[in-house]
Amino acid sequence: MNFEGFATDLVLFAPVLFKGFGVTVLLTLSALPLSLVLGLALAMARLSPVPLLRAAAVGFIGIVRGIPIIVQLFCVYFVLPELGINLVPFAAGVLGLGVAYSAYQAENFRAGFEAVDRHLLEAGRSLGMSERLIFRRVTLPLGLRTALPTFGNTTVMLLKDSSIASTITIAELTRAGQLLAISTFKNGEVYIMVGMLYLLASLPLAAAVRFMEKRFATT
Amino acid sequence: MIRVSNLSKAFGAKTVLRDVSFECLAGTVTCLLGPSGSGKSTVLRCINGLERMDGGDIHVGEIRVAPESLPSVRRRVAMVFQRFNLFPHRSVLENVLEGPVQVLERPEQDAREEAMAILERVGMADFAHMRPTRLSGGQQQRVGIARALAMRPEAILFDEPTSALDPERVGEVLAVMRELAEEGMSMVVVTHEIDFAREVGDQVIFMDEGVVVEQGPAQAVLTDPQAPRTRLFLDRVLRPF
Repeated sequence: MNFEGFATDLVLFAPVLFKGFGVTVLLTLSALPLSLVLGLALAMARLSPVPLLRAAAVGFIGIVRGIPIIVQLFCVYFVLPELGINLVPFAAGVLGLGVAYSAYQAENFRAGFEAVDRHLLEAGRSLGMSERLIFRRVTLPLGLRTALPTFGNTTVMLLKDSSIASTITIAELTRAGQLLAISTFKNGEVYIMVGMLYLLASLPLAAAVRFMEKRFATT
Repeated sequence: MIRVSNLSKAFGAKTVLRDVSFECLAGTVTCLLGPSGSGKSTVLRCINGLERMDGGDIHVGEIRVAPESLPSVRRRVAMVFQRFNLFPHRSVLENVLEGPVQVLERPEQDAREEAMAILERVGMADFAHMRPTRLSGGQQQRVGIARALAMRPEAILFDEPTSALDPERVGEVLAVMRELAEEGMSMVVVTHEIDFAREVGDQVIFMDEGVVVEQGPAQAVLTDPQAPRTRLFLDRVLRPF
């Protein structure tokens, strides 16, 4: 690796890598809400009084967590078309990552909800609140606060795992780096930059979580 | 107001209440006394359905306590907890508003005015916009009482309301409770405060090991207990050493 030429390479590679970086961020920010919505639904199903819903959620989470994300992406991108569902690569990436991460998000939500002091649920009941109202007014707001740090953690993991989408032809950061490295043979320069860009994207996430933890503190 | 008849309850194989019967008349204060584990709190929790009873009947007014009648029971009977159980993510005022606005669906503006008046009454109006976790135990418990009052209940159940407090903070909570009693609120109070039971209570129920050992007018039971178990308990509480 030629360190003197690093600055020149930086300028040269920046446009390509930034474009990939943009796709990575967009992919992450698109898959995140999907994983959160699905995850919340799964967590509520897991804690529901209906046994069938509970079993379905447990089964779904078990299956999704037990299969490598890369295989899930291949299923969405290569298998769904055989069933007549054709998705552009980016949509397939969002769907695959969102579903894969919904299982982890569901467990984050559930851990948060289960950590809520049961005495507060009793206080709600004693006020005549229905279980549904207690969930909305007590369990949900307090559980989310408890789960905040793990959400931050999971989002950083999602950001990094979005690199798996490179395998279904999405030109995100890792894919952009790979193509650059192959064509320039400057593996060292390229992957250092790629790594630093991932790091750069994860820092504001950590800051955002810290901010929200302060903002929603109960003390 | 509240009539408990032959109430029985078991947790698994362990019987915690056997044939507990008493009646709390409207506008009176009934104090449940007895050693820890005697089932006092369980009686209270059965009245507003936080525990299911296994046998017997509880009536609140003309309503029989049962799973399907709980919403109406809980609108009539409010509860104050030993550990306050205030919602930590809401301000003092929001805690008091939660019942009237979310459950009774009263207009927010009316409820807010009434909530402030209630907070004034328990001496907590100045703390309306603070989070409960910033308050002392005595202050939190007064908010707990305000939250119960905001439901405009016909009766309030107190589950050891001063047991988690600093000794210095007990008085401010008991003072609020005494005022409520003087204003004619029906109250069932589980407590270890013998002086409060004697001065404010109309009726005392003494329980041990899940049964009512003795019951009667507060003055009579506490100054001249008939059952040996009651006498022993009072002796130990009033002269610990």
